[in-house]
Amino acid sequence: MTGAQMIIESLKREKVEVIFGYPGGAVIDIYDELYRTPEIKHVLVRHEQGAAHAADGYARSTGKVGVALVTSGPGSTNTVTGIATAYMDSIPIVVLTGQVPTKLIGNDAFQEVDTTGITRPITKHNFLVKRIEDLPRILKAAFYIASTGRPGPVVVDLPKDIQQAKGEFNYPEEINLRSYNPVYEPHIKQIEKAYSLLEQAERPVLLLGGGVISSNASNEAIRLAETLNLPVTMTLMGLGSFPGDHDQSLGMLGMHGTYYANMAVANCDVLLAVGARFDDRVTGKVDAFAPGAKIIHIDIDPSSIQKNVKVHVPIVGDCKRALTRLLEMIKNAGKPKKYWKERFKDWWEQINIWRKRYPLSYKNDPNYIKPQFVIEKLYELTKGEAIIATEVGQNQMWTAQYYKFKYPRTLITSGGLGTMGFGFPAAIGAKMGNPDRLVIDIAGDGSIQMNIQELATAMEQRLPIKIIILNNGYLGMVRQWQELFYGKRYSQVKFQVLPDFVKLAEAYGAVGMKITKPEEVEPALKKVLSMDTLVILDVHIAPEEDVFPMVPAGRATTEMILV
Amino acid sequence: MEEKRHTLSVLVENTPGALARIAGLFSGRGFNIDSLCVAETLDPTLSHLTLVTHGDEFIIEQIIKQLRRLIDVYKVVNVTEEKEYVEREMALIKVRAEKDYREEIFRICEIFRCKIVDVSPRSYIIEVTGDREKLEAVIELLKPIGIKEIARTGIIAMRREKKSA
Repeated sequence: MTGAQMIIESLKREKVEVIFGYPGGAVIDIYDELYRTPEIKHVLVRHEQGAAHAADGYARSTGKVGVALVTSGPGSTNTVTGIATAYMDSIPIVVLTGQVPTKLIGNDAFQEVDTTGITRPITKHNFLVKRIEDLPRILKAAFYIASTGRPGPVVVDLPKDIQQAKGEFNYPEEINLRSYNPVYEPHIKQIEKAYSLLEQAERPVLLLGGGVISSNASNEAIRLAETLNLPVTMTLMGLGSFPGDHDQSLGMLGMHGTYYANMAVANCDVLLAVGARFDDRVTGKVDAFAPGAKIIHIDIDPSSIQKNVKVHVPIVGDCKRALTRLLEMIKNAGKPKKYWKERFKDWWEQINIWRKRYPLSYKNDPNYIKPQFVIEKLYELTKGEAIIATEVGQNQMWTAQYYKFKYPRTLITSGGLGTMGFGFPAAIGAKMGNPDRLVIDIAGDGSIQMNIQELATAMEQRLPIKIIILNNGYLGMVRQWQELFYGKRYSQVKFQVLPDFVKLAEAYGAVGMKITKPEEVEPALKKVLSMDTLVILDVHIAPEEDVFPMVPAGRATTEMILV
Repeated sequence: MEEKRHTLSVLVENTPGALARIAGLFSGRGFNIDSLCVAETLDPTLSHLTLVTHGDEFIIEQIIKQLRRLIDVYKVVNVTEEKEYVEREMALIKVRAEKDYREEIFRICEIFRCKIVDVSPRSYIIEVTGDREKLEAVIELLKPIGIKEIARTGIIAMRREKKSA
């Protein structure tokens, strides 16, 4: 069997249904095998960055490993942003990159680049295959490493001569890596400590992060919150792990979080953080973050614990298992729901005062469409059932605030790296993985242009994705910072030229629509949602609308700018 | 918080790139490497790395956790935290050895049990082995005579076995 055949066979063994890629000289042998393999669907992107993001969106929305295939040199470097995006958000993808023949490595050959060197700090692990005998084992390890423990991207660099070499194909059923043994089962003593803290708590808060989604622990999180009557807040990555429309949800915390979520965290006495890593956008000024709280931190990655904030009860393990153990302990303790309800009554009263004082709010304007109104309407019309990808910036924050994500894996967003241009290709991946679900990309006029070429990909695959551009003619988030913190000096944030997005959609064979008045929002959204084709809805919004609340960078989360 | 020097003993898979991963981890996350010593072990598939770094207890905790997070890292031990351990380093010191100074050099070598491993009309190469303090002391004493060149191995370390069974 040739190396190229082994690669395809390995993908089949890993039950890969779809790969996102772009051919080139150094992967032509793999593409030759793909030609003969109808059972693996290949999505031909228009730029390799799109392939990496699409594999990522597929992984986020399905929970399976996403796969991208690109050529050497520029093919590989074009995936770098996509790999780093997946790395920051702990998303399992495997990126197969072509490489020049082993004999030419290091010679500055045509389309040669040190792919493993470049991707080393942005992958969970990477491999350069130097011997055909190693190929099956490395491919098995790549999928295993990507999908276990704290998930992440893995790159396998495949020299052309290895793809052509012949060897015996022994695909291991299982793999055991002596240097890699993620801990899933939490230490029961630590769970006991956590329970005893919760038992003594008077003002507890449950904080859910992306780890709850990647370990499929939503149901456990909901049960825990409901049993103990805990207020729940989520990081951006955690949105959807707990229903946004649930009575106990305080929505997102942090820089653009709700007033009441930030106040609850600032005043809590026990903070139970699950699968969250205390990013600076969540904590604000670290010294002022949950200053009076004892922190319990559940995470599968020991290095996340004690990295940014001091933790009192560290629990290393899988979120789902840890929450299950905690629930068992609570059950055995035998206190009825009523007890907990009564116990945190005063705390809830306080939280409800905060909720009433500053709910999420904006002012409608008869002359301008407000972006918050668009998202609210979209939530209403889709009943929160859509998969929503976002780009990065104001569009992302308004979506996080006003679309009340009800289920895990329905918000596809670049949280850690903040990658503009992520949303649309990620939506393509999500739609490939969920053909029966409505997939919407909420974009800005800036970020949609960063991977606009993927319109051709989506049309080729006949994917009826809806792109809603919140078009303010600005790089809105940077403009907002310049307005608030840089004396309104709007430096290079106004686009003098924007494409006509309606004509642009039409140029690709899609449907384009444009609206400018508030009363057009609902009918236009209804029409877009009823159409079975790719639609770009260009929504001209109030140009200088800001995202509020806002905690200025480096300040305490209680120092919010509210309106 | 107090910054301290820590010696870490790290076993890694003997694969290409493993050392680059560790060096990259330190530079990428802004940690310091004071010295680094890499060699094979009895098991040819594993390399042994002795790494000296410094930082407060949170930084050291992060360094160890981040090292363990690397797929190729098999084992990390903070030797400094062990009560009983041996640390050694070797240095080769090329020192000016004109006639007037030779007596003094011999004396220093005798006191510190150094070896003179190369002799030329104008200079000697001295081999000295010991802990960091000893090496520093020898270097300080030889400095006034005139050190032309120094090569140091970096520290290697090993935990002592318990004295009682």
